[in-house]
Formats: sequence, C-alpha cells, structure tokens
Amino acid sequence: MPSYVWLIPLLPLAGLIVNFLLMVFGGMRQSRVSGYVAILAMGAAFVLSVLALFWAMGQPRSTDMPIPVVGSFNWYTAGGVAFPLGAIFDPLAVVMLVVVTFVSTLVQIYSQGYMDGDPGYARYYAFMCLFTMSMLGLVIAPNFLQMYIFWELVGVSSYLLIGFWWGRPSAAAAAKKAFITTRVGDLGFLIGILILFTQTHTFDFAKIADAVKTGSLGGTTLAIAMILVFAGAVGKSAQFPLHAWLPDAMEGPTPVSALIHAATMVAAGVYMVARTMPIFQGSPEAMLVVAWIGGFTALFAATQGLVMSDIKRVLAYSTISQLGYMMLGLGLGSLTAGTFHLVTHAFFKALLFLAAGAVIHGTGGEQNMFYMGGLFKKMPVTALTFLAGSLALAAIPPFAGFWSKDEIVGAAYQSGNVVLFLFAIITAGLTAFYIFRAWFMTFLGERRLNPELVAAAAHGGYSNGHDGHGLDAHGHLTDGHDTGHGHSGHAPGDAHESPLVMTGPLIVLAILAVVAGFIGSPLFHGAFQGFVAGSQEADVAIDVPLAALSTGIGLLGILIAWAFYGAHWLSAEAFTAKLRPIYLLFLNRYYVDDIYGWLVGTVLLGLSHGFAWFDRAIVDGIVNGVAWLSYAIFGRVLTWAETGRMPNYALGFFVGVIIIAGIVVGIPVGH
Amino acid sequence: MTITLTHFLVLSGIIFSIGLFGVLAKRNVVSILMSIEMMFNAVNITLVAFSRYLPVPASNSAARGLNGQVFALFIIAVAAAEAAVALAIILAVYRGRRTVSVEDVNLMKW
Repeated sequence: MPSYVWLIPLLPLAGLIVNFLLMVFGGMRQSRVSGYVAILAMGAAFVLSVLALFWAMGQPRSTDMPIPVVGSFNWYTAGGVAFPLGAIFDPLAVVMLVVVTFVSTLVQIYSQGYMDGDPGYARYYAFMCLFTMSMLGLVIAPNFLQMYIFWELVGVSSYLLIGFWWGRPSAAAAAKKAFITTRVGDLGFLIGILILFTQTHTFDFAKIADAVKTGSLGGTTLAIAMILVFAGAVGKSAQFPLHAWLPDAMEGPTPVSALIHAATMVAAGVYMVARTMPIFQGSPEAMLVVAWIGGFTALFAATQGLVMSDIKRVLAYSTISQLGYMMLGLGLGSLTAGTFHLVTHAFFKALLFLAAGAVIHGTGGEQNMFYMGGLFKKMPVTALTFLAGSLALAAIPPFAGFWSKDEIVGAAYQSGNVVLFLFAIITAGLTAFYIFRAWFMTFLGERRLNPELVAAAAHGGYSNGHDGHGLDAHGHLTDGHDTGHGHSGHAPGDAHESPLVMTGPLIVLAILAVVAGFIGSPLFHGAFQGFVAGSQEADVAIDVPLAALSTGIGLLGILIAWAFYGAHWLSAEAFTAKLRPIYLLFLNRYYVDDIYGWLVGTVLLGLSHGFAWFDRAIVDGIVNGVAWLSYAIFGRVLTWAETGRMPNYALGFFVGVIIIAGIVVGIPVGH
Repeated sequence: MTITLTHFLVLSGIIFSIGLFGVLAKRNVVSILMSIEMMFNAVNITLVAFSRYLPVPASNSAARGLNGQVFALFIIAVAAAEAAVALAIILAVYRGRRTVSVEDVNLMKW
C-alpha cells in the first residue's frame, strides 16, 4: 500500500483548515484565494485517488481475498473492547474515492463562476472541503464506528451547505428538515450497529461478515439489525419514506445540490449498503426489504418528477428515483450493478445539476421551467451538455446510464420478481419522459417570461434598456429561488451563456456521461464489474431483447415528452385536466409532506400536550398532594411544639437524653 | 466513714441536677451559661472519681488512673472556649435586641 493514500482524505481537511485560517486571521471572506486553495486540495486528492486506483488495479485479485485493511490502529479501549480506526483501500473504496474527488473538483471549479461575488465565498469553500473530507473518510472506513462518525459529519456538512443562505427562512427550514429527517434514519443505523456489536463484539466489517459466513450470526437478529442499518441508508439516500428532505435541499446553492446528489451525501447510503453487502447477504429478508424499498422508491419518485415545475426539483426526484434503482440492484444481490449505476449516475447527475445551475445563473435566478424556453440559442453549450446528461439518465445507448441501468433491469428480470421488474421498466419510461420534458421546456420553443417579473420591470423603473443592473425588485420577486447572491442583476429575457469556469466542467462531465458506461460494458469485458467484485473478468452480457425493451420504453417516453412539450401535438393542460386527481396527487407529492406535517403537528403535538398535562396534573399533583397532605395532617399539629421558648426545647432535649439513657441501661448486656 | 465512689457519684448527680434545673428554669442567658458550667464540672467529678476508684485492665497499667483525669482537663479547656464563644454570642444578641432574656429571644416561634 503506497503511503500517499493517507493524504486523500487529509488534503480536503487541510483545505478546510487553511480556508478557516484565512477567514479568521486574514479576514479573507470573499477572496478568490479560498477557491484556489480548495480546488488545489481537491485536485491533488483526485490525482492521488487516480494513482491509488492504478495501484489497486495492479494488485492480484480474488473473490476469496479478505478486505485489506491498512494502517489500523487502536483509538481507545473501553471495557476490554478495543475501538480501532483504520482505512480500507479495496477496489470499491478506490473507485468511490476517484468519483468523489473528481466530481468534487469539477464542482469546485464550477463554483468559482456560480458563487462569484457571494459574501460567503470563503465560507462556501471551507464547507465544501469539510463535506468532501467527511465523504472520503466515510469511504475508507473499515468499521461501523468510523463509518458512523463520518456519516454524521456528512450530515452536518450537508446541513451547513443547504442552509448556506441562512438569511432565507426557506433555506434554514430546508437545512433543518434535511438534518432531522436523516437523523431519524441514523437512529435506526446506530441501533443496528449496536445490535451487531452486542452479537459479535466488533465493529469491523470483515469480522462481522465472517461471523455471518460461519453462521454464528444470522436469523431474525441479523435481519432486524440489517434492516435498522438500512434505515440509515434510507434516510441518507432519500429513499421512501424518508425521501422528503431531498427536494427541499434545493435551497442550497446549485453546485452544492450537484455535490449532494452526485458524490457525497446521497451516495453515502448506497455506498454503505454496498460496503456491508456480505453482511446483508446473510439475511435474505433484509435484502428483500432493500430491493422493495428501492424498487418502490424508483417508481414513486419518478411519478412526482413528471409534474414538477421547478427544474431543480425534477432533478431531485430523478435522483431519488435513480437511488431507488441502485438500492434495487443491491437488494437483488448485484453489488456490481448497484455500484456501477452509482458511478455513472454520479457523472451524469452532477452534469445535469451543474447545467441546471448554469441555466438558473444565466436567466438571473429563474428556476421555474414554465418561465424558460428557447434557451438553446442563448446557451448552446449548456443545452448540449444537458442533453447528454438527459440521454444518459434516460438510458439511451450508448450513453453511460444505459449500461448501468440495463444491469439493474437485468438483475430484476433474473430475480423472477415480476412486480420489481415492472417497477424498474415503468420507471425507465417515466424517467425518459420527465427529463426530456424538462429539456424541451427549458431549451426549445419560445422564451416565456415570468409575468410577475415583466410587470415588475414595467413598474419598477426598468425603462432604461441599457442598464442591465437596474432591477432592484428582481431579487425580491424571485426570493425563494436561487438568487440573492450577486447574479440577479439581469433583465428578464436577457439569458446568457455561462463563463468558461462553468462550461468547462460541464463539457468534461458531458464527455464522461457519454463514455463512462463503457468501462462496465461488454466492449471492455465488464472491466468495472470484475474490478469491484474482485475477479479478473466479469461475465457481462447484454440481454438484447431486454435491453431493446428498456430502450424502447425510454424512447417512447422521449417521444411522448416531444408530443407534449416539443411539438405541442398534445396539450399538457388538457391532459392533466382529464387526470386531475392523479395530477394533484403527484403535484402534492402524494401528500407525504402533509402527512408528516399532520403526524408531527397534530398527532405528536397533541400527544405531547396530553403527556405534558399528565406530567403537570398527575405526576406533579401526586408530589404536591403528598406535601399538602403531610402538612394538613401532621404539620398543623406539630406546629404547636414550636413555642420559640428555648427552655422548652432544652427540656425536650434532656427528656430525650433521659429516655435514651433509660433504654441503654435497661437493655441487658449481651453475651 | 470512708469516702467511697458512691459519695462522689451522688455529689456529682446533685450538682448536675442543680445545673440542669438552672438551664431549664433561668431566664437570664448568663445564668444559663453558668448552669451549663456547673453541669460540666459535675461530669468532671464523675470522671476523676471513676479514674481513682475503678480497676484498670492489666494491659493498660502504665496509664493507671490517669485517663479520666486527662479527660477532665480536656473538658475544662473546651468549656473555657465554649464560654468565650457563648459570651460573644450573648453580647451580640444583647447589642441587637437590648435584652439577655430567653423569653424575649423567640424568633424560632412558629
């Protein structure tokens, strides 16, 4: 093991520390230096990750080889149990390191353009470093304890970044929502870890997996423990029923959304399940839960993506849906399918988010797709890269998403579970539809301006056509959207292409969205799958009828999207009017948020009021009642003994002494 | 007539009872303090008498007859300190309330 691998998680940490020092002692809150420091740290970590990848590819591989843990040392010992820290650099971890550092580097480069002029520029980069460092620490964790520590660090950094513009109440609320919702799952994760610990007296993945293999751990205990562990992944990876935080997490800056959705936050849940796959495989029940939750979430989220009007929310639901695919793949026992999709998804989802950010940036903070349109002419690079990402997401061959999604669909087919297979296939069609709906609405047709903005421009003194920065009302009116940080000074309709620091990462990611899938395709004999699974070559075969079916459904989805939003052969308004109940169900997100609001706001609060009354009236009442009774019965009588005359007290004292003396003298001396 | 241990104990008992009566019946705090001193001395007499008359275990022959007397000396010393403290308190009470009668110092009454 080359020693430089230790630097991979430490470099972002160094970036964080340097940035904080610059902020605290240098007063550099808006300096471009912060960005350079972060990009340098992240870029170096990426280079080292690639070196580590090449090193790992040169190692002999076999499926029987135990997970190589390097540099494990004892953190502390308590109660005779040692708590070690360490690092894993097996193929899975190395692949993840490369993906995380790569996406993070590109996002940070892109952010230079997006966050330009933000008052919290340095703080932004410091948090981004913290976020990446947490994720890298999570990736190399060899045991549950260490993973849990970084797991929570990922959670807190996401809280800091989603609530980055904390001055906006909606951002503060979204940050809290993300943190608290994931905490619900984390509680299950923690209990699951502790159950495993009480059974095996170790946190180590490999040792627990051995216990499962030898049969000393299994049955109901293992099933319960792993379902609880999976609850953590449900929260982190925004699976049903803990998915509600992810669409709201759009309140953060768009590059943060890209990082959360592609590499750091939501990938953590999938990665954890992949990492603990040998333990999950000891419990078919837990695997079934993973597969069902994943399959259901894929379909459930895709249906909501169909009707969203906010471009970032469409992408958010598509992320939830794609994560559901990954969980489905993992739950069906295909480690490679789930991981492969995680990697390809990281590239094309980062691309889609950064492209969406470029659209929002270029239109002065507009996020509503109904107020976009015709942007292809204004921002061709963004439009084409977005198209590449969309094709990858829609799993059209030969784009990256096709190869990985095809594996998951294939796994669902081979499992023989008809319902899950149908979930996967229907979701494929829905995915293609909603992402191309977004693309057609954003980039084709004519520009539809937000009527409120136009009215505001007319009344707000925006008469001078040359003054591109004269629209003060702009920032107010789009409040709640992605503005308020310096690039809101454009006239409505005055869309422009983004600077090179933003389009550059888009182009790089677009190329990857096209070619990244080949590493796991039959063309390369499944090099990726073989590497991750630990064998030389994996048997990757494309089931041609199945691939044709899923591709055909994807193309059908695109066609329908074209019919509605591209060519306007069909009227979306008339169609939704016919299916109004279903449309409203999707639009209101299945009322999940309302149900949670009702559960917490009405049921829980009502119960709490009841318990508070019980505490005050019954518990406190008993205490107070006892005190009152003792006063009423004894206190009033004994009051008369307190004469205040000292001789009386002295008399009582001596009488007592005499009585005691009498008792002592009277007791016969013992033998 | 020989003086026996009983005589001393009876004398001590009489003095102790006089002191006790004084503590309980007197109103002037200074008188009460003096009565307490009498009770101390009654106890001292008892200790010295026991020290003189009671047989001492053979194992402790070196300290024969001295234990009780040492005790009495300690009590005298402690009583002196106690009298000083008590007088100081009485003075303080007198300055505050212009009285040394226990009848009038009754803040502890209900």
